[in-house]
Amino acid sequence: MRRAFADLHLRLNVKDPATALRVITKAAALGYRLIAAPFPSETRRDEIAKLKAVCSEAKIDFASRIDLRPRTQKELMQQLRRLRRKFEVICVACENKQVARHAAKDRRVDLLNFPLLDIRRRFFDRAEAELASNSLAALEIDVKPLLVLEGPARIRFLSSLRREAAIAKEFHVPIVVSSGVSEERLLRRPREMAALTFLFGLDEASVLKAVSQNPVAIVKRNREKLSSKFVAPGIRVIKEGKDC
Amino acid sequence: MDSDGVPSRKEFIDAVWSAVAKLYGEYGASQTSLALIDYDLEEKTAVIRTSLATLDLVRASLASITCVANREAAVHVLAVSGTIKALCKKVKR
Repeated sequence: MRRAFADLHLRLNVKDPATALRVITKAAALGYRLIAAPFPSETRRDEIAKLKAVCSEAKIDFASRIDLRPRTQKELMQQLRRLRRKFEVICVACENKQVARHAAKDRRVDLLNFPLLDIRRRFFDRAEAELASNSLAALEIDVKPLLVLEGPARIRFLSSLRREAAIAKEFHVPIVVSSGVSEERLLRRPREMAALTFLFGLDEASVLKAVSQNPVAIVKRNREKLSSKFVAPGIRVIKEGKDC
Repeated sequence: MDSDGVPSRKEFIDAVWSAVAKLYGEYGASQTSLALIDYDLEEKTAVIRTSLATLDLVRASLASITCVANREAAVHVLAVSGTIKALCKKVKR
């Protein structure tokens, strides 16, 4: 069976449908079977459905995603309570340690993302990894900075990614490699994304998992949970009616 | 290659060498045995030879190219093969 590749972080501008369509078509041509794009929290369901329809025309599966940027633990809880059932993928951009720790242990969080350039605010250390390993959160790594940065900035970024990837591997935290790009020129084939991932020391099996199995599993798990037939993990409605 | 203009053969291979040198340094670049075998200006395709041991290194370097001859560009790997004959077969397929 062919491997299904996914990119869970395409920055599509919903207000510019022509560019969005170009990026979606390009992603499909490059071999992705599933993409996800972040929406603002106030997005209506019909707007998401519209983009889903565009994607299905391009023969690519689409998952809705939201990037939460809470400043406190309380804010994170409120946002999760309000938005968990509206979006298929929830990513928390961890701006401070308190939020990072809480997001890592909350089972409603799918992805943990850290500020790209501020190395001191990348809180993915052993404590964070231990919390994440007991929940469902995965570490998301965007490839875009590897393409746009140069010189010392890229060196620092690579070094912190190498450290984080080693910690994630040690604690069995899944890694999801996404593009994080908005322009079609910066899109890369899944195998090329995997090649860039070699730069921070992952082996081939982990690299391929990071661009296929791990992201696909997150979307599959959440779709099942969001389905009306879901009752609890492992329990779902098979049949309803008086003859049951 | 995905770019606005059509870079010359020299511009293309310079961009590849520069990407390898930027990511792995001159020492790393010297281990790749990189050579441009064929370059089609119309199709914007190229055949590059490299040693098998440094294949991942070259793949990552090609993926990191964002401009060729000061124009935005992206280089995608269509196929990898041990012989040029098999490579042509793969690409046609």
